[in-house]
Amino acid sequence: MMDAIDQHIIQLTQTGLPLVSKPYHLIAEQLGISADEVMARMRTMQENGIIRRIGAVPNHYKLGYTFNGMTVWDVDDEMIDTLGRQVGALDFVSHCYHRPRHLPEWSYNLFAMVHGKTQESVDAEIAQIKVLLGEHCRAHTVLFSTRILKKTGLRIKG
Amino acid sequence: MDELDKKIINHLQSGFPICESPYQQVANELGISESQLLARLQTLLANGVLSRFGPLYHAEQMGGALTLAAVKAPTESFDEVAKIINAFPEVAHNYAREHELNMWFVIATEQPERLLEVIAEIEQQTGLQVYNMPKINEYFVGLKLEA
Repeated sequence: MMDAIDQHIIQLTQTGLPLVSKPYHLIAEQLGISADEVMARMRTMQENGIIRRIGAVPNHYKLGYTFNGMTVWDVDDEMIDTLGRQVGALDFVSHCYHRPRHLPEWSYNLFAMVHGKTQESVDAEIAQIKVLLGEHCRAHTVLFSTRILKKTGLRIKG
Repeated sequence: MDELDKKIINHLQSGFPICESPYQQVANELGISESQLLARLQTLLANGVLSRFGPLYHAEQMGGALTLAAVKAPTESFDEVAKIINAFPEVAHNYAREHELNMWFVIATEQPERLLEVIAEIEQQTGLQVYNMPKINEYFVGLKLEA
């Protein structure tokens, strides 16, 4: 599905899109192909999901979202897909996944990231998820992040 | 950060065009000049308000592998453990969290088989057990944080 030229485009853009008037032309020059080809390939990668989106990724903290909680829930396995989709549809949830338990220490299988500018707003979000999961949830906890230790985005080797 | 910065951040979280002069197009939508937009983006990236600007790639769709992993780092060696883990280019992000499992990081590898190697190397270098929690199902990834 991806060839060597796509790989090169990824390598040249994974740290960011050039901040120049014609960024796709600059990438094209670096690769020795036409800008039209770069744009066509990037559109294709976007259509088939290799590129999730092109855009800005803010640092939560710098925008005032200092309460970033990873909420984790122990949900009935047979209900998790239905409930996971419902939790993922909440407008304050940024990521929602089914992940494996590590019993007996870690019984949580549903992960939902929530973000807020105040403790109260995040508490209200968590309460809303709890109501949604209802009797299908045995236990939950919230792991707040206290520091970003690293944030570089994905890298593949050049 | 002023109102224009906020407008730019909010606008650019929903996507960016693929066309000849994409910054010009976005600048028109925002009612500013292209050079103004480029200058603002440069500043927002330099001061860390934006951690990235550009295409966000989907590791699994690229044939790679991705996982979320955690360790219980002892308080006294926390920074040392972070340093070891962060030194792996395959570690994309790493967060300190309030829990017994107090360090959570995402590992992304180009070759799927490399993932377990990285985990084994982290375990060997830190002496800690790595709790590997690869996703079984993805229900949602996205969200715009209003600036």
